[in-house]
Amino acid sequence: MPSAEAATVRGVTSGADGLADLPPSPAVWCSGLRKRYGRRTAVDDVSFTVGRGEVVGLLGPNGAGKTSVIKMLLGLVRPDAGEVLLLGRPATDPRSRIAVGYLPELFRYQPWLSAAEVLDLHVTLAGADVDAAERRECLALVGLTERAGDRVGGFSKGMQQRLGLAVALVARPELVVLDEPTSALDPLGRVDVRDIVLSLKSRGVAVLLNSHLIGEVERVCDRVVILDGGRVAASGTLAELLGQREVRLRLAGADGQAEDRMRAAGALTRSGDWFTVQLSSDDDGVTVPDLVRDLVALGVRVHAVEPVRISLEERLLAVLRHEEPAP
Amino acid sequence: MIALTIAGLTLREAFRRRVVWALLVLTVVLLVLSGWGFSKLIGLDTDLGTMTSGEARLVASVLLNLIMFGFSLIAAIGTAFLAGPTLSGEVESGQALAILARPVRRSSVLLGKWLGLLTFGCGYVALAGLAQLLVVRWAVGYWPPAPATGLLLLAAETVVLLTLALLLSSVVSPMASGIIAVGLFGATWVAGVVGGIGGALGNEGVERVGTVSRVILPTDGLWRGAMNAFQDPFALAQMGQGEAGFPFLADAPLTAAYLGWAAVWIAVVWGLTALSFQRRDI
Repeated sequence: MPSAEAATVRGVTSGADGLADLPPSPAVWCSGLRKRYGRRTAVDDVSFTVGRGEVVGLLGPNGAGKTSVIKMLLGLVRPDAGEVLLLGRPATDPRSRIAVGYLPELFRYQPWLSAAEVLDLHVTLAGADVDAAERRECLALVGLTERAGDRVGGFSKGMQQRLGLAVALVARPELVVLDEPTSALDPLGRVDVRDIVLSLKSRGVAVLLNSHLIGEVERVCDRVVILDGGRVAASGTLAELLGQREVRLRLAGADGQAEDRMRAAGALTRSGDWFTVQLSSDDDGVTVPDLVRDLVALGVRVHAVEPVRISLEERLLAVLRHEEPAP
Repeated sequence: MIALTIAGLTLREAFRRRVVWALLVLTVVLLVLSGWGFSKLIGLDTDLGTMTSGEARLVASVLLNLIMFGFSLIAAIGTAFLAGPTLSGEVESGQALAILARPVRRSSVLLGKWLGLLTFGCGYVALAGLAQLLVVRWAVGYWPPAPATGLLLLAAETVVLLTLALLLSSVVSPMASGIIAVGLFGATWVAGVVGGIGGALGNEGVERVGTVSRVILPTDGLWRGAMNAFQDPFALAQMGQGEAGFPFLADAPLTAAYLGWAAVWIAVVWGLTALSFQRRDI
C-alpha cells in the first residue's frame, strides 16, 4: 500500500471527529510481512488488503506461507518485519481482534466442555453481548443444535470443525478468517460453509478464506491473493485474474470470408468443424452476438456456440508454474 | 476479567478431568491410614517399655511432618503435572489458537492459568493439611504450635513449584516440563537433607549445598519453615544434637528475608514466563 494510503488508514484509527465521514478502514491491511523459521523464509514481503464486506481468497500450494500469514495477521506469530492493521487498529493491540472471528486450520477445543460451553467461553473472551438465543442460532447454523450439551471430546473431526465455525461466527464479527474451513467436512458440510460465507458477504462481513478447494473460492470470493514460496505471486479480482475468455463455435460451410470475420473478433484456432476465438478481456458483451449474426449473414450454418471461461484452477496452475506473467 | 475467566476454566478442567476426585480419594485413604497409625502410638510396647503420652506426642510431631511432606509432594506433583500441559500442551494441540486470537493479552491468559492452579494447589494443601491436623489431634491429642503458618508455608511451596512448572511449560514440551519441575523439587529436598547432615557433622562445605539449593529453588526452605511450625517445640531438644540432621525436623523458623526472597523468586519467574509466552509463536 502506498504511504499516502497507509496514512489514511492510520488517520481513521485516530477517531478524530473530522474523519468521521471517511470510509471505514479496511478489515485487513498488511504491508511487507516477513517471517523466517531458522534458515527457511516462510513469508517474504507479503502485502494485501481485505476491504470491508469483501471476500478474499488466499490460495497457494502447501508450504506457500498462507497459514503463517494468517497467524501474523491475528497476532499469533510475531512477524520479523512488516505491519498489520485489523479493522483499523494495529494487530499488536489485542483490541484489534474484538470483532474478528477465526477458525484455525488446527481446530481443537476444550474436550471437557460442551459445545454450548465453548461458545459461552468465546463470547466472554470476546467481550461480546450475545444472548443465549443467538448462541443457539449460531450452533443451529452449523448443524450442532442436537449436540449443544455434549462434550466436545466425543465429537468427530467434522463436528469439531463445525463447532470451530460457530466459534468464529458467534461474537458478531466484522471480519472472519477461515483457514481451510472445509478440510474435515463432507460435501454437504462444504455447501453449508459456502452458504455461510455468502451470507456473511451479504451482511457486509469481510472474509479471508484460505482453501485448497479452488472451485469454492471461485464461487464465493471477490478477490484472490495467490502465494507461492512465501511471496505474493498474483492478486486481483476474479475478473482481472480470469480476464481471458474464449468462445467455441461449431460451424458448417465456413469459408475464408467467415474465418476472416472470426479473426477480426480475436485469435482463431480450428479443429475440424470447431473454431475457437479468443476474446479480449475488455469485451463489452456484444462481440459474440455480432459475430454470430455476421456469420449467419455470410451463409454459415451455426450448430453450437459455447463460451469457454478459463477456470481459476487453470489460472492458479499457470501462475504457479510460471507460465504466465503475474498481473 | 479475562484472567478470572481463564482461572475458572483451569479449575473446571481440574474438576472435569477428575483430577480433584482422584486426589480426594487418595487423601481420604491417607487420612484414614494415618489416623489408624497414630491411634496405635499410645500404649505402644517398644523395646524400651510402653510409650508414654509425652513420648507419643513427640513421635506424633515427627510423623506429622512426614505425612505433611507426603501432602506437599502430592500437591507439588499434582500442580506440576497440571501446569505442564497448560501452556505448551495447549499450543501443541491447537487449543491456544482460538483462545489467543480473541482480544486478550497473553499475560492475562497466563495470570488466569496461574491463579487457577494456585487456587487448586493451595486449596488442596489447606484442606488436606487441616484434615490431617484434626486427625492427629483426635488420635493423640497433639496440636502444632503454629498450624496456620505451617499450612501457608506449604501452600507457598506449592506456588513456587507451579510457577516453575509454568515457566518450563512455556519453553519445553508438556511432559518434560512436569518431569523437570518434580525432579528439581526432589533434588532440592535431597540437597537440603545433605546440607542438614553437613551441618550436624560440622562440615561447612556440605552444609552450603543445602543453603545454595534453598536459594535457587525455595521449595525446600519453605518446607523447612512449615515443618518448624508443625513440630513440637520440645522435639528438637529431646532428640538431642546428634539428630540435628534428621530430615523431618527443622531447627529454626524462617526469616523474613527468606520469605521476601521467595516472593521475589515467584515474581521474577512469573515475569520470565510472561516474557517467554509473549514472544512465543503459536
